[in-house]
Amino acid sequence: MNNLLILPIIIPLITGMFMVIIRKKINVQRVLGILAIAGTGAVSAVLISQIKASGIQVLHIGGWEAPFGVSFAADMFSALLLLTSSIVSLFCLIYAFRSIGKGRETHYFYPLFLFLLTGVNGSFLTGDLFNLFVCFEVMLISSYVLISIGGTRIQLRESIKYVLVNVLSSSLFLVAIAYLYATIGTLNFAHLSVRVAEAGQNGLLTAISLLFLIVFGLKAGLLLFFWLPGSYSAPPTAIAAIFAALLTKVGIYSIIRMFTLVFYHEPNVTHLIIGIMSALTMVLGAIGAIAYWNIKKIITYNVIVGVGFILAGLASGTPEGLTGAIYYLIHDIIVKALLFLIGGTIIAITGTANLRDISGLIQTYPYLGWMFFIAALSLAGIPPLSGFIGKVFITEGTFEAGYIWLGAIGLLTSLMVLYSVMKIFMNGFWGESYLYEENEKGKTKGLLFPIAALTALTIALGVGAEGIYAFSDLAVESLMNPSLYIEAVLGNNWVGPN
Amino acid sequence: METLISVLIGILFTIGTYLILSKNLLRIILGSSIISHAVNLLILTMGGLKTGGPPLLGMGGTTFTDPLPQALILTAIVINFGITAFFLVLSYRAYKVLGTDDTKQMRGNENE
Repeated sequence: MNNLLILPIIIPLITGMFMVIIRKKINVQRVLGILAIAGTGAVSAVLISQIKASGIQVLHIGGWEAPFGVSFAADMFSALLLLTSSIVSLFCLIYAFRSIGKGRETHYFYPLFLFLLTGVNGSFLTGDLFNLFVCFEVMLISSYVLISIGGTRIQLRESIKYVLVNVLSSSLFLVAIAYLYATIGTLNFAHLSVRVAEAGQNGLLTAISLLFLIVFGLKAGLLLFFWLPGSYSAPPTAIAAIFAALLTKVGIYSIIRMFTLVFYHEPNVTHLIIGIMSALTMVLGAIGAIAYWNIKKIITYNVIVGVGFILAGLASGTPEGLTGAIYYLIHDIIVKALLFLIGGTIIAITGTANLRDISGLIQTYPYLGWMFFIAALSLAGIPPLSGFIGKVFITEGTFEAGYIWLGAIGLLTSLMVLYSVMKIFMNGFWGESYLYEENEKGKTKGLLFPIAALTALTIALGVGAEGIYAFSDLAVESLMNPSLYIEAVLGNNWVGPN
Repeated sequence: METLISVLIGILFTIGTYLILSKNLLRIILGSSIISHAVNLLILTMGGLKTGGPPLLGMGGTTFTDPLPQALILTAIVINFGITAFFLVLSYRAYKVLGTDDTKQMRGNENE
């Protein structure tokens, strides 16, 4: 029992509820928002050190023992994601101060931002399937409002599609939960894992696992990403950045959790399907990234490529592949937020998203230009930066598992990703400058700080990869041995013959 | 009994899917609402439809129906209620601003 576990959910929730009361006091809301997210980050840092010292931390809500009550469990994987998402959302919030506009700020932007984080943190920590559904809904309902807040034409048009797709995928999630409850009779992850292992994962359970794959694939943008490019280019930059950084990652987290903890008995079927889906995702995403001349479209398709790449690591099913997936997931959260913030800043300066109309920005905005260059190299996985280690491990894992085609597609799409972001750099920053003081549409004042901080983070993560190896190693250990998680949640007496 | 309800759920899913694939925004919302009815019935059916008293200890029966699916459905109903209300208001606003409720006309790039 560790009461700290509830804090990452409670802190943003209560702060957000308090902010609803003080709608007009924007400065108070800003300070409270920073404090709440920093507090969440501090708690997750403490959690990481506790998990490192004494294993997986568990909290049974209300003192009800594991399969009967709702339990929260934090292993190293979820704690690392918690810390990363707190840091990234802090910088997105700071970016929002300057860019989001007074109208949105007085209409509950900050509370909704914190409710979104409540849902994300809850999804990372929960140990119960239905509670995961509820946390998803908390996150999604906040995201529905955040995507449509402001009510411009494009936002209204895209948010209808976004809401419809997510309502349907939530219905499918409930269907999957109902089927699983009918066959197995429990909803606790650890207990599910024990019972699935006892029953042997027969055809019925594999079919249910594929239904879960469809549900989470819809949330994560794994092959079923048709809704994503439109939705992520509609909202303002700070919101799009937090969506790109966190929302798909929660789907990825759920896929990894389900297929390492519960449905890990038939990797020939499930993991192969995940592999094929992620290969198609990478190829289609890369084609989209290359095809467009619109900055927003290019970076949203890069989100899709990242999703495919992370799940290729899971598909390999090897410790190397999972290490890579964890490294790459952390890197991807940071670098996608960074890319969206820079892209949004370019659009704010020039007033257009069309690359053909932008040129020579490096002369007036050298810092922005070189930070974009670093972000682009990091995205493609150039050695000193953070994307490299994850790519190496995932490629190694897929080769080791015999999925050489998957690794090869991953490497090939890296090339296409590099081409797509270099296209932005070469067309947007190089060349002759048409941009003069008088026709600039916006200023970068205050916007560069969060971008610089995230750039520093991606460099630090790449250079200091050795430093987080001890943590990611623990995360992989608990993902590879479901019995560690089961023992922590249910206690020793529940562990079966495995 | 479970078979009968399963067939009903299947019919509801069919109707919902058909409605969601239509062009009119209001039909789409009705379709998603019907699907969520089907889902709630499905949770109830999957919990088992054995006869037994309502899950109240004061009733003094010896067997009770499974209380867990009922709690799940109650949660799902409230969540779906909130989302449907939001979705209806969103489509009303979209109708006001975009001037159409035809999803075919909401495509393209002209509003960007």
